[in-house]
Amino acid sequence: MRRLAFIAPVALLALVLAGFGLGLRRDPSILPSMLIGKPLPAFALPAVRPGDAGLSSQALAGRPALLNVFASTCGPCLIEHPLLLRLKAEGVMVAGIDWKEPGAQGAAWLAQNGDPYVLAGNDPDGRAGIDLGVSGTPETFVLDRRGRVRYRQVGAITPEVWRATIQPLLARLEAES
Amino acid sequence: MRRLPLLAALLALAGPARAVTPDEQLKDPKLEARARSISQELRCVVCQNQSIDDSEAPLAHDLRVILRERIAAGDSDDQAKAYLVRRYGHFVLLKPPFEPATWALWLGPLLILGLGGVSVAMYWREHSKGPAEMTPGDEAELASLMASAEDHD
Amino acid sequence: MVAEVGQFALILAFLLALTQAAAPLAGAHRGDLTLMALGRAAALMQAGFVALAFICLAVSYVACDFSVALVAQHANTAQPLAYRIAASWGSHEGSMLLWALILAIYGGAVARFGGTLRETLQARVLGVQGLVGAAFLGFLIFTSNPFLRLDPAPVEGVELNPLLQDPGLVSHPPLLYLGYVGFSVAFAFAVAALLEGRVDAAWARWVRPWVLAAWIPLTCGITLGSLWAYYELGWGGWWFWDPVENASLMPWLLGTALLHSALVLERRGALPSWTILLAILTFSLSLVGTFLVRSGILTSVHAFAVDPERGIWILGIIGLFTGAALILYAWRAPALQSGALFAPLSREAGITLNNLFLTVMCAVVFLGTFSPVFIELAGGDKISVGPPYYVRTFAPLAVPLLALVVFGPMLNWKRDAWPALKSRLAIPAAAAGAVALAVLAFGGWKSLVATAAISLSAWLLAGSAAIPLRRWWAGRASLGRTIRTTPPGVIGLSMAHAGLGLLLLGVAGVTAWQQDKVTTMQPGQSVAFAGRTIALQSLELVDGPNYQARQARFAVGGRFGSHELVGERRAYATSQTTEAAVHVTPLGNLYVSVGDPQDGGIVVRMWSHPLIMWIWTGGFLMAAGGLVSLSDRRLRLGAPARAPARVSQPVPAVAE
Repeated sequence: MRRLAFIAPVALLALVLAGFGLGLRRDPSILPSMLIGKPLPAFALPAVRPGDAGLSSQALAGRPALLNVFASTCGPCLIEHPLLLRLKAEGVMVAGIDWKEPGAQGAAWLAQNGDPYVLAGNDPDGRAGIDLGVSGTPETFVLDRRGRVRYRQVGAITPEVWRATIQPLLARLEAES
Repeated sequence: MRRLPLLAALLALAGPARAVTPDEQLKDPKLEARARSISQELRCVVCQNQSIDDSEAPLAHDLRVILRERIAAGDSDDQAKAYLVRRYGHFVLLKPPFEPATWALWLGPLLILGLGGVSVAMYWREHSKGPAEMTPGDEAELASLMASAEDHD
Repeated sequence: MVAEVGQFALILAFLLALTQAAAPLAGAHRGDLTLMALGRAAALMQAGFVALAFICLAVSYVACDFSVALVAQHANTAQPLAYRIAASWGSHEGSMLLWALILAIYGGAVARFGGTLRETLQARVLGVQGLVGAAFLGFLIFTSNPFLRLDPAPVEGVELNPLLQDPGLVSHPPLLYLGYVGFSVAFAFAVAALLEGRVDAAWARWVRPWVLAAWIPLTCGITLGSLWAYYELGWGGWWFWDPVENASLMPWLLGTALLHSALVLERRGALPSWTILLAILTFSLSLVGTFLVRSGILTSVHAFAVDPERGIWILGIIGLFTGAALILYAWRAPALQSGALFAPLSREAGITLNNLFLTVMCAVVFLGTFSPVFIELAGGDKISVGPPYYVRTFAPLAVPLLALVVFGPMLNWKRDAWPALKSRLAIPAAAAGAVALAVLAFGGWKSLVATAAISLSAWLLAGSAAIPLRRWWAGRASLGRTIRTTPPGVIGLSMAHAGLGLLLLGVAGVTAWQQDKVTTMQPGQSVAFAGRTIALQSLELVDGPNYQARQARFAVGGRFGSHELVGERRAYATSQTTEAAVHVTPLGNLYVSVGDPQDGGIVVRMWSHPLIMWIWTGGFLMAAGGLVSLSDRRLRLGAPARAPARVSQPVPAVAE
């Protein structure tokens, strides 16, 4: 019994170190989304681009889509921008939310850098974003046909992320009924 | 690649916390006091270890405003917190919830204290026992040793 | 050129550390005095070369040699000299080099000043130190080389984070490291004792000054960090239960337990295995602290540039050293029995209780800090643990501990009687009661918790003062003569325990009675707050050496006298800081902080912090008490000096 008490510290150490080692693989600053598996919260946003129809949550149902939250002040958004433009050209439904800035700023940025969004809405006070659990830009939600969130990417969609995660997921969602 | 939150975090880190601005405050002092105390229990999710009451980050400002709206609309403290938990998860609470996943966290201290207390008590018991009583065999051996010692004088 | 010298010095130090590890351990095992002496020499030389490497790095910073990558990342020509030097430890690589330097210096100190130690014990201690040193120097050379060059060298460097350009924060890391790394000596002593198979009173007497020598700077470092956060971060907070703050608190708690446990081991030979375990765990927690800051496992305001790869290295070091030490412990410690007898009412018993509480408090902090990692791994929610958790778990444990602190020094060793103890406690109890009544009378009834805490603080202060005062009362000499003839260890303990009382006083005052107000002010406006009137006199833009600031001048009047306060909002090249305006009095601080412009005026936040200065006064008093204790010659006399006769040297032929 006494022997056991003396071995306990080593055993505990092994457990703790294992936990630390595994814990190192995670990024502690990334929050998991609360929306995975749930439908998008309802929102109806005014237009970003002049003369546009704006973006509502209902409009996103019907086919798998990417919902990308961006802002003109966001550097990493520019990094994923070419990828989004390519996706639009390939026929993927990409929708955008211009987060926490006046629509005119977002429109100017899109005019300057290219516009990958089939649908886009302006969220000047950021409420729609907060309802989505957004904490910064860029963030991208992958939606299925029924408008449910299946995945959230925090940060820019790099080519690796696209190849490894999002592209296969989209293919699976297309195949779903 | 980190994005906007890092910049916000830098600003939040650099500036004064308890970052409520006068225009955010509610008019009713009781409601405002509630809002302040709840804010101190809510984490700023884009900062490094600050509450939304302390942080100057834009998102913290938004969450403070939303919190005050919920309180002014009549939500209880728990309902207001739940509103934010629905959007950001339990991570937004600085006081961890009491659920099966956190039983070890909340009950651990008591358990460790109990275990430790028992060990200390056992240790004391062991160390307050006097020398063992002599058995009759010991007594006889002592007597014979004493006798042989006297013989050698 | 200088950087290359530093690089070579590091490599040489690494080789010397390996020598320091191998030679004395082999020498102690075989009884070979030459090898053991080689270990001492290697330790001294290693210290010299690591010092040289550190000087080379500092010189590169002072000279603004931007071809050294670190210098380019943490200094620029506009940075004041003092902060260019301080930038040497403002980065991961630089601070790791500082760590290695202090490790080497402690090893050298054991070699130089450990003359009264048993030869084989000293050799084994040096050997373990050498192993730890080799591990860290290897980590430096192979993964975190401070002397990497940049080619082409930039013309101008990036300045050190403005928050770090502050005298308090400059001294905070070296003090903390003296503490963290200092516990490596205790660790080495513990492992050496397990290797020797002997843990006795002599060992405890040898190890105690080294534990104190580490405990004192750690106490200072933590106190200083808290003080810095208060005046620099701009909102009057002084402890956030941030993971890295916790990482410094954990070794402090166990180190305090170790200090007391070693005392019992020295005086009565009790608690040998517990003391050894504490010595091993305290240093292990220092290592865990290093791991926390550098691996990115948790987000924290303190984190250096995080790198999970380096984290794995440090994890490996922890696994190697702590694992080996604990395995050795599991194997050897069961044989360490002590026959010491003591009654349940005795100082030994009191100190075991003290150890229990300190250890549980340390476990609580560990739980709170690392649970999010483990819970997430186990598939649960991502949760966060903040001050509300610690207030409900740590504070309730601290209270009985603080109450018991007064009992400890008043208890007799081995066996005490309750009636005699009661009479000794009468005066502190009376003081506590009187203070409680006084506080209640002055409005304390609104906050019973605060009243209880202040009364507990009076209990601690009176109980600590009672120790030397009783000696004076019992003898016939004057107070001055009594104090001069009292062993410094006793004075030190009174000071340290009194410091705890002051700390508690500050915590109670500010937690219970803090007030704050936020408002927009225009120049010429004044505001009433906490018994004072605060008027904003002027608002102007000023320039500093490497920043621009919006400066606000306030005239304060009212209950605490009239004075002026100046606050600034500074914009550096890369970020902003707030210089708060603080008026300090023993009864409380007025803390005014300037925010952003609004409506033609400026946002002003003001706080009243009653009694807050006693927090840091108490902390520094504790450290001062430790220093006084360290000066006690009884700690250094140790066992008698080694007899000069050498066993393995041939007897000189007698001249005929």
